[in-house]
Amino acid sequence: MLLPQARGALSAALLDLLRRDPDPDRTAPAPVWPVSADSSADEALSLWVLQELHYRGFDDVDDRWEWDPTTIALRGRLERALEGRLRERYAVADVPRSDDLVDDVQTMIEQHDGPSLAKHVQQHASREQTETLLRQRTVYHLKEADPTTWVVPRLGAGPKAALLEVQFDEYGNGDPGRLHHALFERGLVASGLSATYGDYVDEALPEVLEQNTTLSMFGLQRRLRGAALGHLAAFEATSSIPSRQLAQGLRRLGFPEEMTAYYDEHVEADAVHEQVALRDVCLVLAKDEPDQAELVRFGAWACLDLECRTAEAVLGLWAAA
Amino acid sequence: MSAEASGRPERRADIVVCPGGPMLVRGDVVIETEDGVRHESTRPVSAVCRCEKSARKPWCDGTHKLLPGWR
Ligand code: FES
Repeated sequence: MLLPQARGALSAALLDLLRRDPDPDRTAPAPVWPVSADSSADEALSLWVLQELHYRGFDDVDDRWEWDPTTIALRGRLERALEGRLRERYAVADVPRSDDLVDDVQTMIEQHDGPSLAKHVQQHASREQTETLLRQRTVYHLKEADPTTWVVPRLGAGPKAALLEVQFDEYGNGDPGRLHHALFERGLVASGLSATYGDYVDEALPEVLEQNTTLSMFGLQRRLRGAALGHLAAFEATSSIPSRQLAQGLRRLGFPEEMTAYYDEHVEADAVHEQVALRDVCLVLAKDEPDQAELVRFGAWACLDLECRTAEAVLGLWAAA
Repeated sequence: MSAEASGRPERRADIVVCPGGPMLVRGDVVIETEDGVRHESTRPVSAVCRCEKSARKPWCDGTHKLLPGWR
């Protein structure tokens, strides 16, 4: 993948820096980062680029930038701001806090009412609108499950083994052809879309980027492991029914079988993952490490909140088209 | 900390009944339904529908969430 287009002064300065050789001995002064007028898209893209250095990087960026003090410092600043925004919204959200964590997460999901893009696709979205949505989804689906995998070595035996049971299924149970992001790639190609990682990042909505940078932040920061797992539980628990609706909508619109197969796979898979993620991963983590329970709630809430914002933004895109 | 010290049993369950949800079954299983049709599991852990309303019986497809008393 090549670096994306800048979206403001900050990302322009960052991309410019990353195109040069790293300077580990700091012979030049540390950059002073500019602030752009519309900072949300600019900051979201900058953080996404910085985090991608930890995944598979960019063909036009020296891999040593991943652990350069300059990039780490900026990533830290942007993640602190992102976490601060999330926590501000979380503080005023109606979050159930009983002594039954599974019940709390399930109640949070049941009480949450955001717009459902899956229902729109099932019932009346056009082929063009659906393709717009699929392109937005590539930002996550082409590295599906990866952000959560960062958490594995940070857990005790119970949640670790259970998390791997979910992740192993996400990764095709050892069969690269059944790996979930490989299934999505096949669906994209059959639908006439690009399956190359990063190809649609330039059109990704800031809300979509933030959904992804939040997940990577939860995964990359050990301190936030409970949030990564709470996010996983809420994500899986809100997937089976929407996946079925999406598969129905894709069939209605005449998308190829490869694309519907991706969503079909998630109907049954996520009905399992939800249970394992909630009970064997999150609940056991909270028993092992009681201070993580509140982070599990925070992560679950963040998953619902960010999907709601993405859904509203995609509806806005559709309306504007 | 040993598994016992942390309150975890030494052996996890192969079959787990989820409150208000499906039944998880670990390992390769073949389920024969009332109509005599055999269904082979395709993943290491499968969720078997308990609410009777799944469109993909015998497997759970999440439909139970729409029923009162299930979640
Ligand atoms: S138990 Fe899940 S659909 Fe029946």
